[in-house]
Amino acid sequence: MPSSSDSRAADPRDLGGPIQPLLKVRGLVKHFSVRGGAGKRRVVRAVDGIDFEVRKGETLGVVGESGCGKSTTARLLMQLIKLDAGELIFDAATVGGQQLPLREFRRQVQMVFQDSYSSLNPRMTIEQSVAFGPRVHGVGRRESMARARSLLDRVGLDPQRFGGRYPHELSGGQRQRVNIARALALEPRLVILDEAVSALDKSVEAQVLNLLDDLKRSMALTYVFISHDLHVVRYVSDRILVMYLGEVIEIGPAEALFERSAHPYTVALLGSMPSLDPDQRTEAPPLVGDPPSPIDPPSGCRFHTRCPYAEPLCAEQKPPFAELDEGHRAACWMVVPGSQHSQAAKAQCVDA
Amino acid sequence: MSDLQPAAMVETRGLKVRFEQAGKRIEAVNGVDLSVSRGEALALIGESGSGKSVTLRALMRLHPERSTRIEGQIEIEGRELMAMSRGELSRLRGGEVAMIFQEPLLALDPVYTVGQQIVEGLRRHRGLSRSEARARALEALKSVRIPSPESRLDAYPHEMSGGMRQRAMIALALSCHPKLLLADEPTTALDATVQIQILILLRELRRELGLALIFVTHDIAAAAEVADRVAVMYGGRIVEMAPVRELLRAPRHPYTIALLASRPDGGLAKGKRLETIPGSPPDLAALPPGCAFAPRCRHAMAICSSQLPPSERIDSEHLVACHWAMGRSDADPYTQPRQEERMDR
Amino acid sequence: MTTSPVVDPAQVAPLVHRSSGYWRTVGGRLARDRLALVVGLIIVALLAMALFGPWLTPHDPYATSMIRRLRPIGTEGHPLGTDELGRDLLSRLILGARLSLFMGITPVVLAFFIGSALGIVAGYAGGWLNAVIMRTIDVFYAFPSVLLAIAISGALGAGIGNALLSLTLVFIPEVARVAESVTTQVRGRDYIEAARASGASALLIIRTQVFGNVIGPIFVYSTGLISVSMILASGLSFLGLGVRPPEPEWGLMLNTLRTAIYSQPLIAALPGVMIFITSISFNVFADRLRAAMAVRS
Repeated sequence: MPSSSDSRAADPRDLGGPIQPLLKVRGLVKHFSVRGGAGKRRVVRAVDGIDFEVRKGETLGVVGESGCGKSTTARLLMQLIKLDAGELIFDAATVGGQQLPLREFRRQVQMVFQDSYSSLNPRMTIEQSVAFGPRVHGVGRRESMARARSLLDRVGLDPQRFGGRYPHELSGGQRQRVNIARALALEPRLVILDEAVSALDKSVEAQVLNLLDDLKRSMALTYVFISHDLHVVRYVSDRILVMYLGEVIEIGPAEALFERSAHPYTVALLGSMPSLDPDQRTEAPPLVGDPPSPIDPPSGCRFHTRCPYAEPLCAEQKPPFAELDEGHRAACWMVVPGSQHSQAAKAQCVDA
Repeated sequence: MSDLQPAAMVETRGLKVRFEQAGKRIEAVNGVDLSVSRGEALALIGESGSGKSVTLRALMRLHPERSTRIEGQIEIEGRELMAMSRGELSRLRGGEVAMIFQEPLLALDPVYTVGQQIVEGLRRHRGLSRSEARARALEALKSVRIPSPESRLDAYPHEMSGGMRQRAMIALALSCHPKLLLADEPTTALDATVQIQILILLRELRRELGLALIFVTHDIAAAAEVADRVAVMYGGRIVEMAPVRELLRAPRHPYTIALLASRPDGGLAKGKRLETIPGSPPDLAALPPGCAFAPRCRHAMAICSSQLPPSERIDSEHLVACHWAMGRSDADPYTQPRQEERMDR
Repeated sequence: MTTSPVVDPAQVAPLVHRSSGYWRTVGGRLARDRLALVVGLIIVALLAMALFGPWLTPHDPYATSMIRRLRPIGTEGHPLGTDELGRDLLSRLILGARLSLFMGITPVVLAFFIGSALGIVAGYAGGWLNAVIMRTIDVFYAFPSVLLAIAISGALGAGIGNALLSLTLVFIPEVARVAESVTTQVRGRDYIEAARASGASALLIIRTQVFGNVIGPIFVYSTGLISVSMILASGLSFLGLGVRPPEPEWGLMLNTLRTAIYSQPLIAALPGVMIFITSISFNVFADRLRAAMAVRS
């Protein structure tokens, strides 16, 4: 286990230096083919050409609604499914290349799933589950078990009391702690949290969020935090990436993205959060209708079918990314200076 | 209840629900008193295992009779629910009281079109002719703002998107003009942009139709968008009940206070630690004799684990069941509530 | 420890907690299930008959007697009467357990191993390998099992070995289909993804993560097949495709006694009663086992 205090500065695994992003994602594409109504094969464009990077030591939040491709992205980052196009560069080494074979990459990147029950083998005790990863990587039985017990302790589960239990004997929050311990058993550098707290009760969710924060500090972790809950994402993230129908539509520092949202979809998503103030109830829904299906997504800007500012240009051409301020970018014609969109001039100050 | 006053739409007194499950006795609801008047919206909030959904289902006697024991009184418009015959019960269900669920795919029949299902209900409950019923079904779909309702009438549930199905289910529930709508986590499975649409729809329908609504949710914010009053449940009991503003601004029960503080909501600075409630929700097969929240409560005293706190009024509309909130202590268990002591921060 | 673990005061559990394993829990449940105990005892008794048959028979089961043919039940010295060749029926029924159970259980055991292996591989691999294995199996599955058993036995010729082979071939597709479907289900679970994410090979994942979760349902299904196998084996013997006279086997006995069905109907029915008791016992046992294994959390 890396020493807890300044492991970030002196991590021997850090090859590319602190400025080098931990993970670079370039042109990631994943299409699934499904059988359509009349036996026709149709293509689901689950992830359709996304680029982003994950910086060392940060928490990158990923938000979006169902069908936006956030879970597919998580599985692509883990290489649990084959990517159709694009590449992943982990700390300056191409994943799957000679420098970084897949098996080695998987040691450094781990994942925590949403369903705490389904992600634990019901026939294994929880210490066996946690010890499985080290065993796979050739650590001896005794050593693996010792590591599992120390990790259980670290996530707040007394190994004496809980180690020998089976998943169904634990509560949802406790199971999710086990899943976190399991993900950490290989001493990864990047942990992908796919809706990892979404199924938990609010009081338990807060416990797990605090735990994740502790672990991140003490083990020099980097998180990709995927969630549909904007409040949680805002709370945990340094930077946030917003996805819509398989594309990234806005990315930026958490506060900038919340305070100065540029893309109309981000604005609508934020406006859709129920307000906790009964005197300021949301009077009209920011968007009507459901997100369209990622099968045959709309042309041009994929949001133009629901966008209150849509103009003919938006249906014809896909907007490029435009930089608003440092590291804050959005793919919307209104943000692109000098575009043919009538709002383009005032682009810099779209109000939430 | 005097004859002059209109009876409450729903009233329960000492409602208890017990399940026999694998040799264990699950005490799911342990004495719930609530009353909802006509046109009022009450939110039941709580975590999994708090008894909120079980309470809701009991109001329609939906629990399997063989493995469930229900004690206490449930009155729907002054009529005793537990004394109703099968015939009365089936007239009540879907007629005067309707229910919507979290997962519309489970509530809608996959082999019939949405229109057929609404028409069927109207013919059974209201004895309408087929063409009258079809007209009413169309009206119902319009009322839930489904786009192009004429074509949706002949659509099967699987042909609709999630939000559309939820609307169709609400249309089905409202087609017979019930007086009371029971909603069990109706927006939990929906995306954010769709959830707010359904919440606003429920609020508007309630206003337009004068419906009484009982809305079960784990999300306080969703409750705040819809409800007039909120009842917080824990361990099968209502621990606090108050008008929504009052509850959000001056919560009194330590559980409510902690629940509100543990939300990572806007305004909370990043890096600041979340308030947490230690431990996990209670085991309903082995509830402690006193307050079920006592083992997790930061203000717990000896009396909390031995003596069940009664539900007491703070003012005419604010009830709380907590020794600490009522200003009691171990040394002085029966003092009158002292107002100024309620919030120590 | 570097971080302070979140303590969990709500869990008032004993200090050291060791859970009993899954199979022990199932065993405990079965032991408390009265019906399972009764049929379990019957099965043990039948197995004892099969094992110790030669020492239990009151008479020589092969000794014929032309003057003692078809004596009724309760005859002095022959409590269950005699068959059409005057042989003691009780002795033949006891010794018959040996061949009948052997013919009933062996094909299922063989099919359990081969079918599970095929089904688990097909289910875990998916894709073209699944298609090849499962479509081949579907060809066999398309025929009714009785017809298939008779056809294969008929083609290979009569005899115990061929009857066993044909029955095994009949059951492999059935077991494989169940194995494939439970494996496909398990493969979709997140813990398999998590194991893949930790870098484990497919073989290791099948061995450590899949096997323990699918073997239970396959085992239950196979136990249920024993009764079918008994009846089919008896059927083959009845048709002269399995065990040959004068060996005692219940199906064959049912065949040879059918001539006596009008004169001594009770005697003629006895081998059938044995087949019935045995197959229903295995069936009920499989059913109780399923119930004991199903409950979780």
